[in-house]
Formats: sequence, structure tokens, C-alpha cells
Amino acid sequence: MNDHLSVSELAEYIKALVRQDDVLAGISVTGEISNPLLAKSGHFYFALKDAKATISCVMWRFAVQKLIEIPREGDQVIVHGQIDFYAPRGQLQLVATVIRPAGGIGEIYRRFEETKARLEAEGLFAPERKRPLPPVPRRIAIITSATGAALRDFLRVLRQRWPLTEVLLVPSLVQGAEAPAMLQAALYRLIGRDDIDVIVLARGGGSIEDLWAFNDEGLARLIAASPIPVVSGVGHETDFTIADFVADVRAPTPTAAAAAIVPDAATLRQGIDASIEHMSARVLQHIRRHRLQTEHARQRLQTQSPTLRLRQQRQRVTELQQRLQRAQQQHRQHRRLLLDALGQQLQALSPHAVLARGYAIVLGAEGHLIRSTAQVSPAMPLTVEVADGRFPVTVTPNSPSPPTSS
Amino acid sequence: MTTKSENLTFEQALAALQEIVAELEEGEASLEQSLAQYERGIELARYCNDLLDEAELRVRELLPDNTEIDFSGPLDSRS
Repeated sequence: MNDHLSVSELAEYIKALVRQDDVLAGISVTGEISNPLLAKSGHFYFALKDAKATISCVMWRFAVQKLIEIPREGDQVIVHGQIDFYAPRGQLQLVATVIRPAGGIGEIYRRFEETKARLEAEGLFAPERKRPLPPVPRRIAIITSATGAALRDFLRVLRQRWPLTEVLLVPSLVQGAEAPAMLQAALYRLIGRDDIDVIVLARGGGSIEDLWAFNDEGLARLIAASPIPVVSGVGHETDFTIADFVADVRAPTPTAAAAAIVPDAATLRQGIDASIEHMSARVLQHIRRHRLQTEHARQRLQTQSPTLRLRQQRQRVTELQQRLQRAQQQHRQHRRLLLDALGQQLQALSPHAVLARGYAIVLGAEGHLIRSTAQVSPAMPLTVEVADGRFPVTVTPNSPSPPTSS
Repeated sequence: MTTKSENLTFEQALAALQEIVAELEEGEASLEQSLAQYERGIELARYCNDLLDEAELRVRELLPDNTEIDFSGPLDSRS
């Protein structure tokens, strides 16, 4: 080593020295913000001072983007970072990675609780304020980072569950001091539209500072005022933001938000299958009932058929004929018996039967019956009829005819 | 088969299907009507399933000037 060092060499030496110090490599310094300047490059330059000392500070753009707010002149803060030697200016500076309010993370939680309590007291979280989600949204708007995992997860679930919808992405920063204004602007652009069924605010998980934009009061009020239902899907299951409380539906994650918004196609398909089975069963039942009715009617019709009636009537005629015949026979027989009886009776009364017993009938010349002596005169020729024939007789000439008394 | 379902949204078709099932359950229609309803129901069910089969998620991006373009972000669209 020479006796002389160049300035650059000295600077290099100092830099190496500073960088190897464990304390300076990761340090937290409390102080007041002085001369803050947010450069166009996105880097943030400021000084941190107290009553007796000042140190210049820089925060690179990637870290600035995570700030929940850009500190202002006079803010009491805690800065985490490392000390580095900035050679061009020969200056030690604090390269800040995190700037928090003086109360640190506790202060951030306190602010969260304070905002939450105030908005709750105003009734912004009231369940009766919450709008219902449409059963099946046609168009979903999502406000999130165009490159984040939140969007990817959200779209993946939509594709799985319900690809029949359309998504309108409104890209926004979801972290950092500018995020609340961007989120609000995005929401504001959407709530005037009439083609959006539901709005989703989404962001992947992170620390309370990462999610801080979603604790913004202005954003909360805009969510509450939105005529379109808003679903929050911010962070992980255990993270809660003000946006979650004021949103109409709080989903624990972006993935869960997608599932909360759309139905599950698989479930609906099952429902459709069930509907088809149901319909089939109903219609088959209907057909069966009609078939039974038809069969019943056919049977009834058959009993009314002309051939059957003809047959029945023919049978009745035959039956009547038989009855008639039987009646005639009986009648004839009856008459024959009656005749026989009459014949015998008649025979018994016949004069010939009397002649057989020895009586005779006397007939006059004209064949008339002689019933009285007055009808005869002497010598009158008469005919006598006996059982086996007739013979002529003559009344004796001189015999008077005294009336015979009986 | 061309159908009258073609202009219906999924929800409309599903609602129509559910209505038909309900009507069939009431069982007051004639056999002819109920057969027609059944056919219509089958057609609607097929239409719903077709919509689901064919659907592909459409993602658009709202640009600052309020125009919309198909979103072609750095996404693994199938993951």
C-alpha cells in the first residue's frame, strides 16, 4: 500500500468498511423527515434529523412503491435500512427500505383500528347495507394488478367453475402510496357503468403495509356508495382490511372471491341431469296412466260391441223360443186330458148309454121324440130305437091312450 | 337440430327448464302437451350443457381511455 490513496480509493475503502459493519447493515433510525423529494425516477430523497444531527437518506423506487404513504416534511418516522457511503458526494447516507410512522407497526394498527371504528360507527359495515350478489353474473369487473397472482388465481377458478361469464380487468396498483387513489379511480370508472354485475377488489397476501391501500377511508366510502355489488378478495384468510368490512361480500382470498361470485358448472350440470330424470319419470308416468286408461276404455268398449249384443240377443230369442215350445206342449197335453175327461163325461150322458141299460126311445113318423101319450093315436106307426137298432111298431087300433100317472 | 333455444342466455334456458319440470310435476297437461314439454326440456338441457361445454372465459381489459381490448396479460391461460 502506498502512502497516498486516490480519493476514489479512499471512498472504496470507506465503503467497504461501512458495509462490513453488522450494525450499519441493518439499522432502524428514528427522526423527523426533512426536505422530502419524490423524484421522477420514483426514488425518494429526504433527510432524517433530530435536534442535533442530520443524515441524508434515499429510498429506491421498488421500496417507495411499497410505502403506505409518502412521508411529508416534519413527519416523525422510523426508518429501516442500511448505511452506505455515496462516493460522488463523499457522503454517508441511509438507504431506506422501510419507513414507518414513529409509532412503528403499532401505530399502523392503531390507525387501522381507528378508521375501522369510525366507519363502523357511521354504519358503513351494517349488514342491511350489503347488496346481494346476482345469482349468475354476466360481466364481472376486477380491479387488481394485471400481473399479480391474484388475477391469475381468480381467472383460473372462473374457468373451472363458470367460463360463461366475461371479465373486465381494470388494472391498478394494489400497494403503495398511490394505490388508494388508483383503486378509487378504477372503482369510480366502473360504478357509472350499467354493464357490470359485480366488482371484485383483489390482491394476494402480504403484510398489513402491503395491504394498506385496502384500508383507505376514501376507498371504503366509494365501495359503500357503489350501486354495483362489490366483493373483496384481499390477502389471505386471516387478513382483514377495511375494504373487507365495507364490501358487500368479503371473500378471504381472490380464489374464494371467484367461487363466491359464480355458480359451479359441475353442480348445475348435476341439477340439469336431475331435471331430465325427473321429466322422464313424469312423462313415463303420464304415458303409463294413459295406457291404463286406454286399456280400461277398450274393455268397456268391448262390452258394448254389436257382435256381442247380437249374440246376447240371439241367445235370448232362443231362450224365448224354447220357453214358448215348452208352454205349447204343456198346453196341448192339458187339453188332451181335458178332452178325454169330457169325452167320458159325455159318454156317460149319452142316450145310447141309457138304451144299453134297456131303455128304448120312441120316435114319431118325422123322427121326433114321443114324450107323451098325447102324441100318439091308435094305429099310428112309430119307430122304436133300442141299443142295437130300430124297428117299426104300430099303436094298437083300439087302445085308448089314458094318461098314465106317474 | 336447430332450436328456439339459440337466443337464450344460460340463465333463461335454465329457468325455462326448471319451469317445465315444475309444470310436468303438476301433471295437469295433456299427454300430448307433456310430451312436447318433455322434448322442449331435453332440448333446453342439451342447450345448457352445450353452452357450458363451449364456453371460454372472455377477459377484457379496460384501458385508461375507457376502450376495451382483449386481455393478453402475462398469464398462463390454462393454469
